[in-house]
Amino acid sequence: MFNPDTILAEKDQNIQSAAVSHEAKALRVNNLNVYAGDHHILRDISLEIPANRITVLLGPSGCGKTTLLKCMNKLTDLYKELKVSGNIFIGTDDILNTTHNIPAIRQKMGLLSQRPYPLPVSIYKNVAYGLKIKGIRDKKLIDFSVEKHLREVGLWEEVKNRLNAPATSLSIGQQQRLCLARGLAVKPAIILADEPTSALDPISSKIIEHLFREMKRHYTIVLVTHVLRQAIRLADHVIFMCDGRIVEQGSPSDLFSQPESDELRAYLIDGN
Amino acid sequence: MRRIKIIEEKIFVFLSAFMTYSLILVLLFIIGVIFVKGFNALNPDMVLKTPRGGYYYGGEGGVLNAIAGSLYIAIGATLIAIFIGLPAALYINVQLIRHRKTQNTIRYFLDALWGIPSIVYGAFGFTLMLFFGMNASLLAGIITVALLISPIMVRTFDEVLSTIPRGLHEASLALGSTRTETAFKVIFRQGFPGFITAVLLSFGRGIGDAASVLFTAGYTDNVPVNLDEPAATLPLAIFFQLGSPIPEVRERAFASAVILTFIILLLSFAARYLAKKYSRTNLR
Repeated sequence: MFNPDTILAEKDQNIQSAAVSHEAKALRVNNLNVYAGDHHILRDISLEIPANRITVLLGPSGCGKTTLLKCMNKLTDLYKELKVSGNIFIGTDDILNTTHNIPAIRQKMGLLSQRPYPLPVSIYKNVAYGLKIKGIRDKKLIDFSVEKHLREVGLWEEVKNRLNAPATSLSIGQQQRLCLARGLAVKPAIILADEPTSALDPISSKIIEHLFREMKRHYTIVLVTHVLRQAIRLADHVIFMCDGRIVEQGSPSDLFSQPESDELRAYLIDGN
Repeated sequence: MRRIKIIEEKIFVFLSAFMTYSLILVLLFIIGVIFVKGFNALNPDMVLKTPRGGYYYGGEGGVLNAIAGSLYIAIGATLIAIFIGLPAALYINVQLIRHRKTQNTIRYFLDALWGIPSIVYGAFGFTLMLFFGMNASLLAGIITVALLISPIMVRTFDEVLSTIPRGLHEASLALGSTRTETAFKVIFRQGFPGFITAVLLSFGRGIGDAASVLFTAGYTDNVPVNLDEPAATLPLAIFFQLGSPIPEVRERAFASAVILTFIILLLSFAARYLAKKYSRTNLR
């Protein structure tokens, strides 16, 4: 009859098989609508984000890409004027319509914004911040984690001798990688990146792109960009948006070689 | 056409430079005047002794009573104002981040409070004092001055906090912080130089204000030991001595003004140093 062990084992198996399966979904958005007053920002958005893949949200400026990203980690809560309806599922949990333990939901998503916003503390404390608010006090564990994540983003060698220097003393490209390391330290499953390279020089952008390719083994990445070339280089799955709607979604080879809609065709021509 | 532009440019640069430097000259002029006028009376006794018998007729003593009273009141009031102002400013900028209308309404009321003349605070404090059956005392002075400077504290700090980019809020929340953690660990940290400025402005206003302490703190020749004793203050010491017909006593008024100005300048330098030291890590 009821045996908690077998149930747990089954659940584990499910999780494992889900992780292995090619079709595993990290996030599911169902019928999402966002209004700002009379303005309908997002219209009937339904999509699935495949796990351990880079999903690129592509589209012209003002088409709602950033708003969609903000819905995913509930930062829309900060804007009173936004009215949000629909569902966003992680597994079977609807994260959009809950007020329960929002910090924990946000910790499942690392956020990388257009320009880096390092916390006004040292390099070390930036990465340790997430661990400390999780209640981790063990100095050795924090040291270990700081080093691990700074290595993960290729910043360790550059900063290991000045961990106590202000984070703002780093270059913009380094700051962006620090923000990535800081996000990884809270062990997210999904990385939400909102045009993370738009403020960076070409070399720093290349580094970030390279990191994303490495990171998709362990994380699911949702990348907003309007650099078409970047989308072509990185995407495993493409969602093309226009005027708050999803116009087309699918594999990059299909979308980029045989666009079905006029909007995407026009965008591909202008974007190149 | 080109010539006219060049002349226009020169005139404007000259005018703005003139206005800027004349303000600084005014500061130097004030310091010069009070220093020259009070020079003869400036001696260690002024700072180290309380008024002896016949002080106000040119007898021996100093204004230690007023220095101590002023410092006690200004420090006490500033501490209370920090206690009120810090959470209030953080509340406006972090908890109310979604509610722009509420934020602005609160700011409007605080600005109104800021604009109320200090004599009105004095009268209000006096009424409050009578209501609670207190006498003119250190405590009544501290409370009245705290009321006077709290809006200054909140609004000055708030003005700095409101310029913090939203992205920093979002970055902190995205890491899983609660709003309280965001407020104290990130936003307060980023706004720390503004906090120092707020403390300095409030303290300066508190220590220099005469009208609010006139009825509430009273005046005494002793250094207050308890909160229920009356307390002298430097602005009132200047006021009383300046009204004297005896030249030596008027000199002492200027010497007291030098002491008051010196305290404020010292604090101002300290605050600048601290603000600079702690803004090293700030996002720019």
